[in-house]
Amino acid sequence: MATIDEPLYPIAVLIDELKNEDIQLRLNSIRRLSTIARALGEERTRKELIPFLSENNDDDDEVLLAMAEELGVFIPYVGGVEHANVLLPPLETLCTVEETCVRDKAVESLSRIGAQMREQDLVEYFIPLVKRLAAGEWFTARVSSCGLFHIAYPSASETFKTELRAIYSQLCQDDMPMVRRSAATNLGKFAATVEPAYLKTEIMSIFEDLTQDDQDSVRLLAVEGCAALGKLLEPQDCVAHILPVIVNFSQDKSWRVRYMVANQLYELCEAVGPESTRADLVPAYVRLLCDNEAEVRIAAAGKVTKFCRILNPELAIQRILPCVKELSTDSSQHVRSALASVIMGMAPVLGKDATIEQLLPIFLSLLKDEFPDVRLNIISKLDQVNQVIGIDLLSQSLLPAIVELAEDRHWRVRLAIIEYIPLLASQLGVGFFDDKLGALCMQWLNDKVYSIRDAAANNVKRLAEEFGPDWAMQHIVPQVLDMINNPHYLYRMTILHAISLLAPVMGSEITCSTLLPVVVSASKDRVPNIKFNVAKVLQSLIPIVDQSVVEKTIRPCLVELSEDPDVDVRFFATQALQSSDQVMMST
Amino acid sequence: MNGGDEVAAAPVGPPQPLEWKFSQVFGERTAGEEVQEVDIISAIEFDKTGDHLATGDRGGRVVLFERTDTKDHGGYRRDLERMDCPISRHPEFRYKTEFQSHEPEFDYLKSLEIEEKINKIRWCQTANGALFLLSTNDKTIKFWKVQEKKVKKISDMNVDPSKAVGNGSVASSSNSNSTKSYLANGGWPEKSYGYPSNDFTFPPGGIPSLHLPVVTSNETSLVARCRRVYAHAHDYHINSISNNSDGETFISADDLRINLWNLEISNQSFNIVDVKPTNMEDLTEVITSAEFHPNHCNMLAYSSSRGSIRLIDLRQSALCDSHAKLFEEQEAPGSRSFFTEIIASISDIKFAKDGRHILSRDYMTLKLWDINMDSGPVATFQVQEYLRPKLCDLYENDSIFDKFECCLSGDGLRVATGSYSNLFRVFGCALGSAEATTLEASKNPMRRQVQTPSRPSRSLSSITRVVRRGTESPGVDANGNSFDFTTKLLHLAWHPTENSIACAAANSLYMYYA
Repeated sequence: MATIDEPLYPIAVLIDELKNEDIQLRLNSIRRLSTIARALGEERTRKELIPFLSENNDDDDEVLLAMAEELGVFIPYVGGVEHANVLLPPLETLCTVEETCVRDKAVESLSRIGAQMREQDLVEYFIPLVKRLAAGEWFTARVSSCGLFHIAYPSASETFKTELRAIYSQLCQDDMPMVRRSAATNLGKFAATVEPAYLKTEIMSIFEDLTQDDQDSVRLLAVEGCAALGKLLEPQDCVAHILPVIVNFSQDKSWRVRYMVANQLYELCEAVGPESTRADLVPAYVRLLCDNEAEVRIAAAGKVTKFCRILNPELAIQRILPCVKELSTDSSQHVRSALASVIMGMAPVLGKDATIEQLLPIFLSLLKDEFPDVRLNIISKLDQVNQVIGIDLLSQSLLPAIVELAEDRHWRVRLAIIEYIPLLASQLGVGFFDDKLGALCMQWLNDKVYSIRDAAANNVKRLAEEFGPDWAMQHIVPQVLDMINNPHYLYRMTILHAISLLAPVMGSEITCSTLLPVVVSASKDRVPNIKFNVAKVLQSLIPIVDQSVVEKTIRPCLVELSEDPDVDVRFFATQALQSSDQVMMST
Repeated sequence: MNGGDEVAAAPVGPPQPLEWKFSQVFGERTAGEEVQEVDIISAIEFDKTGDHLATGDRGGRVVLFERTDTKDHGGYRRDLERMDCPISRHPEFRYKTEFQSHEPEFDYLKSLEIEEKINKIRWCQTANGALFLLSTNDKTIKFWKVQEKKVKKISDMNVDPSKAVGNGSVASSSNSNSTKSYLANGGWPEKSYGYPSNDFTFPPGGIPSLHLPVVTSNETSLVARCRRVYAHAHDYHINSISNNSDGETFISADDLRINLWNLEISNQSFNIVDVKPTNMEDLTEVITSAEFHPNHCNMLAYSSSRGSIRLIDLRQSALCDSHAKLFEEQEAPGSRSFFTEIIASISDIKFAKDGRHILSRDYMTLKLWDINMDSGPVATFQVQEYLRPKLCDLYENDSIFDKFECCLSGDGLRVATGSYSNLFRVFGCALGSAEATTLEASKNPMRRQVQTPSRPSRSLSSITRVVRRGTESPGVDANGNSFDFTTKLLHLAWHPTENSIACAAANSLYMYYA
């Protein structure tokens, strides 16, 4: 046992703890691997630390994950890129473990290192590594190998390139669906590095095999490949090779594959270009919008605005809009909800006339939907329609919808609509708000659910910000202050909270003249909870009001509270007094 | 149709009946020994290769066995097979390891005790020499990894561990202080030391006095680690779990619902079948068993308490409440009794390896179904027809609700299922086979073997290959053996590649080969 000098003691402990029994300590040491490497120096890091890590790789997943991550940025500690290859062996073993997240991280780190390695090192070390993994006995190694081809391929010689392509093609036909899935996922990345001549022949034939795989789970990953490959191919090749696949997929037996198509179709349109989109993809999309599986319709409905944006308005009105009408009365509430969350965005696409004529009836029917989420989704995107047709046409239907949501028996629905009130207020204007919504905002302050009262207090503040102190003084403050006389102390507490939020917005003058007296009188409340909340509110008012007011009103009140029989009241009052002392000293 | 035609149709002829021999027993009871409830085996499962066998018991333990007869020759098994080795080897297993999979729990919300009993075990894909399996009790599924771990010895530390533990008493005065504060700090010395991470510069060659600990390992030990827990997804008791051929998903079925999981995601599952009626008073049937198709990842079958099997296609819809195919047998008119519905309940279904046939077990019979023929079973085997007059007694003592499992041989030529008095029966299901053997789970399995295989009683519908056979010989009773309803053989499994059966008689695991 060597004697360790005092300054080195912590680093010595850190090294020892690489093998501690406590996983937390091992994790700590691995996270500081760069420190250990610096302490050992570059040469001993290469010769001792890295082999040590390669040998001790049967640790817990958490430790392995951390190791895989650290090694990805380890090039500086082993002596720069010319020594980067020493990092490959430990990562190679990490690529074979059975925990997916460790493998993924190891592949990510290998890719990062490979991207920096010198070309001759890639040939000498990296390509053989990829080949070893691809020929691995366990599927885990083969799964990992798929994510490394795009790094290895560009620097390989012609013979190696041919071999790598052949290996990849084999991986796409592996017995294990997991390997085929990984090959399908990574095909786009690999294809991007392959020369155009081989892209059109070999890669496309690999791709076609994947699109006909027995396993749904492989086919649906191939859908993602469509967009990636489409972007690599010349437009005419894309139309010739990718388009038929997409059209086929959109009629796949498996709803999960169709669901993927519905989700991806927008990207695919970009790949095939506008003409083919009109001719071939619009019919496919229309089919998906009318799919008999609700999940597919949900995905398709959620993309309707994005899709319409790449079409011309006539086509959208002619082909897509009829489906949208159908969807707005779909039997599945989730489909209607997905539609409601995007349909408002169609207004700018279709223009004013078409919106009034075609979309408005749909908006109105969705606003009357029996399912609150649908209504909420419409309301949340109100601003988009406002820009196109103004709010007047909607406001008639809007109010009943808002009132109904405001009184929904589920507090989460009420909470959601409160969140939108400031948005509504800004869109609808002061006039509309005064008439219809003001009362609702006050009603929420008296809600039975704390979260609603809390949100309502916040809402009052945001309204004051939106319409200004003068308006608030007239329309909000008196009503709020009235409620301080509520017989239940929990509701009185909400009002105190609202006051503390309003004060900064209203400014010093109004706070002193209107809000402060209410707070002070509340300090005489019989419930201790109110009293110590008064102390807290007073503390928050100190920076807002004038120093003289603090001296004359706030401090006497706090002093009185600091002699309260209740221990909590005394605590918060003393705390507030201390903070007022600090403010005094600093001025 | 006569016998001659049959031979012409199948020139090879039906396979000869197998002669079963005793192979091994684990946990054999000595005479008069009382069986502990927790030791009773509640699940048996071979892995895909047949090199491993797992059993679960009522005490929540999982015991693993490994095959020894091939292991001796290491990787030469294939060579041996090629040589067509005349030595007739039969699978032999040895105890490998065991672990506590489930513990008894208490659901405080519902005031329910959750038993630790293992209801089902399923093996998953092996990787890196580690074994993976799923085990479930009534509510919670767990994913286990069993792996050889090296037993490590760490030596040559930078800081003498004995000194550190000794809290500075034997340490030299120069570092006794450090030792103390290191310990006081709970092992993370950063704060107390002004950790030399950023401001501290290391000399370019590193610090020679520091070195890495030396790890030596000579022996290994088997460690079972619970990797994932799939909980809180079932309101009723889980009766089955089944892996998908895609290698990434599995299903779990309870009385009213089937959920689909991703093996890697334990905090969410998708409900794919829900037979719960809005009003529980309208409940007419429950799910009794569910299994994925062995190679079509989109197909699964589930059985019900009304004797039907439904095949569903996951591709059709996200919620598969409507089935793709329904298999049930039309009951013969006029034969209804109070017990008709109870004994029709299917207790277990299994896909044959080819994926074309489904074997089902109800109280009285085994039925083999062809998934391309939904008009009725292709074969029905009477397992314990002699009990029909005693149904009333069986109902009284609840035995009528016993859930017997069934299994198929790897080649699909034979089927087996358990019965009372620790008996199990093996039937040949190949065309023309009349094999029907009764065996006892004891060291002398043929002890009770009395009847000669009877010719199948053929009906006119024999063109559709419908056979009914295995007519119970009353001789068993006449033999003087009174049937014992307390010793029932519920769980058994057929080796995936060879003619070998593992079955559970209470706490003992018996293995037979032919």
